[in-house]
Amino acid sequence: MATLMTERKRSALTRGRLPKYTPYVVAGSAIVVAAALMALIGFNAFGWAVLSAVLFAAGNVASSAVVEGRRRATDKLATSLVVGAFLVALLPLVSVIWTVLVNGVPGLLTPGFLGTSMKGVTGAVDNASVAGHTQVLGGVYHALLGSVLITFWATLISVPVGLLTSIYLVEYSADNKFSKVITFLVDVMTGIPSIVAGLFAAAFFGLIMGPGTKTGFVAALALSVLMIPVVVRSSEEMLKIVPNELREAAYALGVRKWRTILKVVIPTAISGIASGVTLAIARVIGETAPLLVTAGFATQINSNVFAGWMASLPTFIYTQIMTPTSPSNPDPSAQRAWAAALLLILLVMLLNLGARLVARLFAPKTGR
Amino acid sequence: MKALHIGRMAAVLTVGALALTACGTDNAVTPGNGGTSAAAGASVSGTLTGTGATSISAAMDAWKAGFESANSGSTIQYSPEGSGAGRKALIAGAVQFAGSDAYMKDAELADAKAKCGPDGAINVPWYISPIAVAFNVPGVKDLKLDAATVAKIFRGDIKNWNDAAIKAANPSATLPDLAITPVHRSDNSGTTENFTDYLAQAAKSVWTDAKSGDWPSALPGENAKGTSGVVKTVTETAGAVTYADDSAVTDVLGKAELKVGDAYVPVTAEAAAKAVDAAKVVGGRSANDLSLKLDRTTTAAGAYPAVLVSYGVFCAHYPDAKTVDLVKAFGNFAVSDAGQKAAADAAKSAPLSAALAAKAKASIDSITVAAK
Amino acid sequence: MFSGAALGAGVLIVVVLFAVAMFLVIQALPTFSAAPADITGGKGFTSYIFPIVIGTLIAAAIALVIATPIGIAVALFISHYAPRGMARGLGYVVDLLAAIPSVIYGAWGATFLASQLKAPYQWLAENMGWIPIFGGPASGTGKTILTAGIVLAVMVLPIIASLAREIFLQAPMLHQEAALALGATRWEMIRMAVLPFARGGIISAVMLGLGRALGETMAVALVLSSGPLIASLIRSGNQTIAAEIALNFPEAFGLRLNELIAAGLVLFLITLLVNMVARWIISRHKEFSGAN
Repeated sequence: MATLMTERKRSALTRGRLPKYTPYVVAGSAIVVAAALMALIGFNAFGWAVLSAVLFAAGNVASSAVVEGRRRATDKLATSLVVGAFLVALLPLVSVIWTVLVNGVPGLLTPGFLGTSMKGVTGAVDNASVAGHTQVLGGVYHALLGSVLITFWATLISVPVGLLTSIYLVEYSADNKFSKVITFLVDVMTGIPSIVAGLFAAAFFGLIMGPGTKTGFVAALALSVLMIPVVVRSSEEMLKIVPNELREAAYALGVRKWRTILKVVIPTAISGIASGVTLAIARVIGETAPLLVTAGFATQINSNVFAGWMASLPTFIYTQIMTPTSPSNPDPSAQRAWAAALLLILLVMLLNLGARLVARLFAPKTGR
Repeated sequence: MKALHIGRMAAVLTVGALALTACGTDNAVTPGNGGTSAAAGASVSGTLTGTGATSISAAMDAWKAGFESANSGSTIQYSPEGSGAGRKALIAGAVQFAGSDAYMKDAELADAKAKCGPDGAINVPWYISPIAVAFNVPGVKDLKLDAATVAKIFRGDIKNWNDAAIKAANPSATLPDLAITPVHRSDNSGTTENFTDYLAQAAKSVWTDAKSGDWPSALPGENAKGTSGVVKTVTETAGAVTYADDSAVTDVLGKAELKVGDAYVPVTAEAAAKAVDAAKVVGGRSANDLSLKLDRTTTAAGAYPAVLVSYGVFCAHYPDAKTVDLVKAFGNFAVSDAGQKAAADAAKSAPLSAALAAKAKASIDSITVAAK
Repeated sequence: MFSGAALGAGVLIVVVLFAVAMFLVIQALPTFSAAPADITGGKGFTSYIFPIVIGTLIAAAIALVIATPIGIAVALFISHYAPRGMARGLGYVVDLLAAIPSVIYGAWGATFLASQLKAPYQWLAENMGWIPIFGGPASGTGKTILTAGIVLAVMVLPIIASLAREIFLQAPMLHQEAALALGATRWEMIRMAVLPFARGGIISAVMLGLGRALGETMAVALVLSSGPLIASLIRSGNQTIAAEIALNFPEAFGLRLNELIAAGLVLFLITLLVNMVARWIISRHKEFSGAN
């Protein structure tokens, strides 16, 4: 053994590597040892899995440290940590998604759920459907429509403003005083509690249009106040990491600055910008409190964002969970709420898909 | 420019999403499917907007459905943002009516004169709900408690279910050796205000805090948001006890009978209505105002004093006849037999007694067009 | 023209923010001139706001302590460890998770997570109770500030992971390949060629996450069984500003309303302070920015 080790140390390139099957051996022994340890302190499947994983990682790192040296051991350790952290992160996220799926699918598959509103659905209706074991009535169409329209208008307001601001900050400002002020204020804006944004929009429109003006557009404005800083911050970050060489190459070819930004800088960063916009939408599409004070709470269909109260998915979910339509039989309301939550996630999925499509269409070909 | 592309893509997606569900309809419930039957009366039309208490949202859904089906041209909008928000909105002239778990204070009535005219606003009771003391004690479904014991339990002075004070009133119950976890509302609510009012009046020597919509923060115990939140928490925690609207308390939980006079009264709609009937109208207000001062120490037989009364708050005068007609029609529908029955079916509330309903109707009928 | 539009957008933000700030300050003003006895708690605004400021910071700190390393690791896993096809799907899932409404996280935390954590809290209180933050008796419902922090961490994680992943993917390929060609292990390559490049972006991502953690209302309101300020993380107690506002706003009237808006103003200032510190840190690493 000793002679082997010294022989291996002779060449740095061919120095000791563990045989290919090592991980399997380590994994096997980790599982066995973990089972033995668990048997000592009381067995449960979850603890066993966790202990096995920890032992496997430790075994891998240790064997690598002995045979392959410190650098490779560090690498193995980092890999274990990254993969381990990923698995830990998956646990709650999978649990949340699972909860939504299990509770949401039955409601979503109920005929009429997507096509009808809650107009006319009362506690008596729910009581009757629970007592008679019939299908849960009432749907989410009005809320879905409201959410889509409000978010659409909010995006229409915030993306141009946010993107232009970040372009100003990165490309034009040259770090002057004003850009510092904007950066500072954008930071401040990320700290606006969502209810404050709603109250502000409500008060603003109250001044212009008379008190109590609640429409989808007021809600869109409130959401914009929340969205803009997220758009600015994420797209600013993405524009910044566009390599200067690209800009300089464009300038050297005599391309004007605005064309350079439009044709070179933004396409390079578009994937990140699209991701940021999706995140911004995701951030606001689930907001409840500001929508309640700006768009009101409707149970019937309204497709006009400029007049009348509007429902939205989050306010629908919130009211169905917190104040069930029938207090004594909350199950139908819970079913509608979970189904609406699932629908909201599907909606964001669709938006995300759209954003990715945009990114794919405009992104330049890279080495990736 | 790229922003435009994203916008265009969003537009395409929007159109797509709408196309997917373009067959949306407001007719979720077909007549005879459990929908509220139409009420008789002259048909009115227009949109009536209100804001206020969350406690009445289930009843409001029922009223809305019944009223809109009887008056096809009408729309009732109600946003359950909270009693305070509702009263504030009425004072600001943002809504035509408010729902509130507490009647307007004198200062608020004075403020309301700016938008509602010199007679200000009127409070009309339209929803009564008994507050149950609900507990999760394995093997125990019925308990007899007097106000002082309830107060001590919620103050943390009585810490175990086998305490002598509980045993004395319930000699036949098998009380386990189980720690009591009082659970209260974490949000400011009308239920808390009415329940603390009951404790402060009926158990004066024990409950030294004033009535308040906020639970006294110095007291021990757990809390949760909303009626559904406290009920859920108690259901999941053995030994927990809470106060909640009776309608939301499920069968797995036990409900206490409260001592009134010398007898113990279980939570029922009739007992709650009886307690409200024993209440006095608050003096010093306009003749049409029906703000009620509940006597929680009542000894009337069969009255259940831990009860929540929710008010419809209306202006005494509205600027135009159309609004007046709409408000009157809706208010009268809510306090009518049909309206109260609809609310009772949907929300398990306690219907107003005939005498109180008549008074409420008279109040609502007094609403007129403002003199120019 | 184009630069004018860009400048205009910037000016618009300044105007909007100024309006919001004016609105807040005007609404909050009566709180500061009110008699101390009229403020909730009866001892003036400072003693009202102090416990919930600390509560907010505790919850946000727990969230970030958990979410930052895990979020970065998830981003690294997606960008540099996972097989390519899998990475794309994972990135997609992470983006989606950021979109689950906070009500859902709240409901999940209150019903599922809290009851799972009851037993561990009991164990902590019995075995590590001598550490103040694990002081017993443990909560009977599991709805503690630690649970709220964990729920916040789960909510913040997708934000950090998503942004960090984008940054990692933008790290110059040439540097990475050069590092590998010189015989660096994967971890050494990441440490030398990816992380330094991404530092500013990571801090930005964490700050956005912190913004959500500080301002999150509904999830905390549903999960936390609130109470007075206490050191123990596993007893029911503590409260955050955002949840305090959400819980009391609907029924607030008169001075109480001004008080809550003033609390919102304080939250605003905290976020501001944190962001300023973050900006300052980033500015020390400006040289990694592509544009100068």
